[in-house]
Amino acid sequence: MKGRFQLSLAVIILIAAGLGLTLYKHFALGFPLTRGETTTVWSVEAEIQFKADGGPAKATLTLPDQQSGFRILNESFASPGYGINQFEDDGQRRAEWSIRKASGMQSLFYKVNLHPDRQQTEPLAPPVDENNGTLKAKPSLPEPYQTAANSLLERVTERSADSRSFTGTLIKEFIAKQPSQNTNMLLSMIDNRTELTNLLIDMLSMTDIPARVVRGLYLEDGRRRQPMVEMLEVYTNDGWILFDPETGVSGNPENFFLWQRGGKSLMDVMGGTASRVSFSMISQNVPSRDLAIETSQADDAALVDFSIYSLPLEVQNAFKSILLIPIGTLVVLIMRILVGLRTSGTFMPVLISVAFLETQLLPGLVIFITIVSIGLWIRSILSQLNMLLVARLAAVIIVVIGIMGAMSVLSWKMGITQALTVTFFPMIILAWTIERMSILWEEEGPKDVLIEGFGSLLVASMSYLLMSNPMVEHLTYNFPELLFTVLGLTLMLGQYTGYRLLELRRFKPLVGG
Amino acid sequence: MEFIKRFFNSFASPSSLHEAGILSMNMRNLDYVIKYNPRKLLPQVDDKLTTKHMAEKAGVDVPKLLGVVEYQHDIKNLGTLLKQHDCFVIKPAQGSGGKGILVIVGRDGDRYVKASGDTLEFEDINRHVSNILGGLYSLGGKSDVAMIESLIVADPVFNDYSFEGVPDIRMIVFRGFPVMGMLRLATRASDGKANLHQGAVGVGLDIASGKSLRAVQFDLPIEKHPDTGHSFEKLKVPHWDRLLKLTAACYDMTGLGYLGVDIVLDEVHGPLILELNARPGLAIQIANGCGIQPRLELIESLPNWNMPIEEKVAYSKEHFASV
Repeated sequence: MKGRFQLSLAVIILIAAGLGLTLYKHFALGFPLTRGETTTVWSVEAEIQFKADGGPAKATLTLPDQQSGFRILNESFASPGYGINQFEDDGQRRAEWSIRKASGMQSLFYKVNLHPDRQQTEPLAPPVDENNGTLKAKPSLPEPYQTAANSLLERVTERSADSRSFTGTLIKEFIAKQPSQNTNMLLSMIDNRTELTNLLIDMLSMTDIPARVVRGLYLEDGRRRQPMVEMLEVYTNDGWILFDPETGVSGNPENFFLWQRGGKSLMDVMGGTASRVSFSMISQNVPSRDLAIETSQADDAALVDFSIYSLPLEVQNAFKSILLIPIGTLVVLIMRILVGLRTSGTFMPVLISVAFLETQLLPGLVIFITIVSIGLWIRSILSQLNMLLVARLAAVIIVVIGIMGAMSVLSWKMGITQALTVTFFPMIILAWTIERMSILWEEEGPKDVLIEGFGSLLVASMSYLLMSNPMVEHLTYNFPELLFTVLGLTLMLGQYTGYRLLELRRFKPLVGG
Repeated sequence: MEFIKRFFNSFASPSSLHEAGILSMNMRNLDYVIKYNPRKLLPQVDDKLTTKHMAEKAGVDVPKLLGVVEYQHDIKNLGTLLKQHDCFVIKPAQGSGGKGILVIVGRDGDRYVKASGDTLEFEDINRHVSNILGGLYSLGGKSDVAMIESLIVADPVFNDYSFEGVPDIRMIVFRGFPVMGMLRLATRASDGKANLHQGAVGVGLDIASGKSLRAVQFDLPIEKHPDTGHSFEKLKVPHWDRLLKLTAACYDMTGLGYLGVDIVLDEVHGPLILELNARPGLAIQIANGCGIQPRLELIESLPNWNMPIEEKVAYSKEHFASV
């Protein structure tokens, strides 16, 4: 009884582990449970153009960082003749293109692939006090703007509770349909979004609210020459929060990809003139599975890192069919232990169903029955010559190969190409099946051969139908953890002591009725 | 509709089978064969020569072993060995399903007479033995050993009930207790073989008396033998007590807890052990018309089941009597 308890425990652990790992892979690593699920991946390309002076030239571009809402999958640089190096500047990644000698129009490219992602990154660090507790010198505006700003700030302070509501209220003042007199005066200072953002930052700094400018892109499919959009990032009790300076809406807008934080320049060019940077973007649908593998590998997720995906492609393909075999064995177990079907050779039906995967079901069945029937006939001739088993088996194998060859040639001449798949049947298995069946015929008679043959083909067909199901293939290949579950089920079936379905019929006369 | 209903009615409910104490194949394997028949003890029943040596040592009655041919070069002694016997049986020690068994019932001058009436030269017998040694009849083609046994002369008591071949008795012996028995009779349908699912008749036997309980063919009750037309009502196996003790002794001899013992009744020597089976089938339940499981459980529940053979037989006769 103790052994049975341990076995039950093992079954529970195995089944739970298999399902648990599968769900983890689905929910945490993003592996899709169904086939054909796709995800959007954005490709954003920055193109730097400038006119080189003829001497050495250098261009630097701020590069985006990982952020919540998006995930950078990979990035690439393209720029013939230029040397590229990346460095970190004030917590911001920058790339530097350099060349000894350049003249004429230059085009440098940076491409980044992004995936919209629900994942959250760590909260951003609070603002750093570089000047020992006091924020850097408060900005001031020329009069009379400063006075207007002061009275506007006073008004906003009265009508707000914290940094967040303060910022919101301040922006509302600027976008109001009928701005107040003070606001109107300030509005006259600015005429674009950049200046508005900078003014707002100055005013927030006047009230000791840490704020900074943020640049980013709205992702829209197929857009070219998209502009960088400025946003306001304000430090509140909830951490840094984005504000749109032109609408006052707070929080990360949908599809907004943040490129740069802080007021540093986006791009610098040395040794060139007429420089500009433009962005274009395109969205692609890629299978979710490919994406999940890529991101998990980037994250060094051990489950993926030490998985089949790390193998060469050829081996991966082999595993695709190998991982289906446990499904076939499970069918065999169910049909033998729960139903009570008789099959010829314990797992022979699984191997036959693997061959069916190549030949398709109906041609496979026809080919199999043909070969075995011819084989049985020839085997009966062989058995009249007294022969030792090993020699007889070898003879049957040779005969099977001969039948396979003859079938291929005949069917080719007759234009039935399906029969050419005959080569996918494992001939050793065919030979063994013929041998077993013929012994069965001699010892028990043709009826048993039919029963066993029918049982084998039924089980083979059933496991073929399961194994050829794209959903099943997808699950077994992408979630090999399910092997644990299958193992658990197998152990469980191994303990089943109840009646088989066919026994209910066999013993029916014993209980009357 | 009617057809579907009939189809469903042809299945018994698991609970009704459970109530009737029917042992299932899965439970036989898991709770009896694996549990009571340790793997290392199995070779002694797989090889008939080992079984025979053990039986002779333990004093259990078996058909007499006249000689053994182990190696090809021993075949030259075959002639002197066979000269002393008029009738004998040559069989492979590891054969299955009755293959490779040669029955010689007498002599006709220099020739040997088979059961079918055909005659053989000595050379033919030589070749047959050589084939056995080469593994022609053994599983997997392993090289084998030829056994030469004395011929069994079937007790004439079954003459009216058997179409061909020698009837045998299958007894399930659990921990040395004879639990359930049946008589297997060949029919025309079974082609002279005593195999129930090929159409041999199974006759359930009362453990207490050896009298027939009921008879089945193809899992359905019958009253008379399909070929000889004799009613089974009066059938009673002779030497019943001796037979029970003989089967019980097989447990002490092999140590296999769940054992199928095949016995033949010889006209002269009485019951003889023919073969032992570590994985006996379940058809015996159908022949007896009742489940075996309550009997097995009764023995499992005995606190002290290790008693002398006589007591075991007495216990079985008392508790497993059907009438």
